[in-house]
Amino acid sequence: MRNEDTGLRWFLRGVGGIVSVPAFILMASFIGFGVLCRESGITLGEAVFMTGFVWALPSQLVLVGAIAAGTPVLVAGLAVALSAIRLMPMTAAWVPLVRGPKTRKWQLILMSHCVAVTAWVWSVMRLRDTPPDKRAAYFAGFGATLISVNVCITAVSYVSAAALPPLLAAGLFFLTPIYFLTALTASARQAAERLALAFGLVLGPLLRASGLGFDLLWAGVIGGTLAFAGHKLLLRSKKAGT
Amino acid sequence: MTQSDLGPYLFILVAGTFATDVWRWLGVLVGARLKEESDLLLWVRAVATALVAGVIGNLIVSPSGALSEVPLLIRLAAGLFGYVAFWLGRKSVLVGVLAAEAALLGAAWAFSAP
Repeated sequence: MRNEDTGLRWFLRGVGGIVSVPAFILMASFIGFGVLCRESGITLGEAVFMTGFVWALPSQLVLVGAIAAGTPVLVAGLAVALSAIRLMPMTAAWVPLVRGPKTRKWQLILMSHCVAVTAWVWSVMRLRDTPPDKRAAYFAGFGATLISVNVCITAVSYVSAAALPPLLAAGLFFLTPIYFLTALTASARQAAERLALAFGLVLGPLLRASGLGFDLLWAGVIGGTLAFAGHKLLLRSKKAGT
Repeated sequence: MTQSDLGPYLFILVAGTFATDVWRWLGVLVGARLKEESDLLLWVRAVATALVAGVIGNLIVSPSGALSEVPLLIRLAAGLFGYVAFWLGRKSVLVGVLAAEAALLGAAWAFSAP
């Protein structure tokens, strides 16, 4: 019984995670999404539904574009799926972070819907210092609240559609990359993570500029593999040095 | 509700929800097999981190919306400024974010002022 209580307490602590810098930054991005939906002729219900049931902002942007252009459902689905491949390695790396000794697979499947960049960065930052058997409750509290609040923000921004002054909007959009970059650097514990950050940061824009398809996926695979190799080399030279 | 009312929602479920969640489900299946402290997990974590870093890089270099109106050089310099401030500020995320924002808004304002 007491164990259940502490699980609930961790869930509520996760709910409280909504009052945090990453959550606020994501909320700022969703203001833009509501406005975009209205301008694209998407209904309020559809916009809200999309935030709750897709929950990946880049993929939602692709979906809005497809709906606005009248794209057939299978073609739209393919485009969205291509934009979301990154969720696979992200979720795979997230599972060992969130999984406790008693976490079931169906619980992981349910919670995985919350995985997108914000919840992923939050997991890397917070879950490693959380007792393993409480991690799932902590994450579920944060993830469920994050989605609910952003569903509301999508609705409110859709209805009000107040355009922000351009400079303020630019500042808001700049928050996301800078926050993610510094937060991930601060919570990186292994050389592989630090190297992967550096490689990805350079390879992402380079590969996009190259016009090669799947640029983000390649940035991940090439950057991650180079970082992995670098990590191993550093370990070896450290061993040889001592 | 008639069928035409539900149509757009079915569209979103198929082309949006399924098309994204299928990757998350696959990730759970793969992640559940990864052993803690294994080389494979280290590699997957490195790939995921590089992917997210790629997203970050693109958000700075080729953003959409209002941020794209700010010249690339200012975005890069402001990002670098914030990152250096973050290191000098003993890895304080808040210091880094505030410094980057101040640099971006200050430079954008100074260069756009008539």
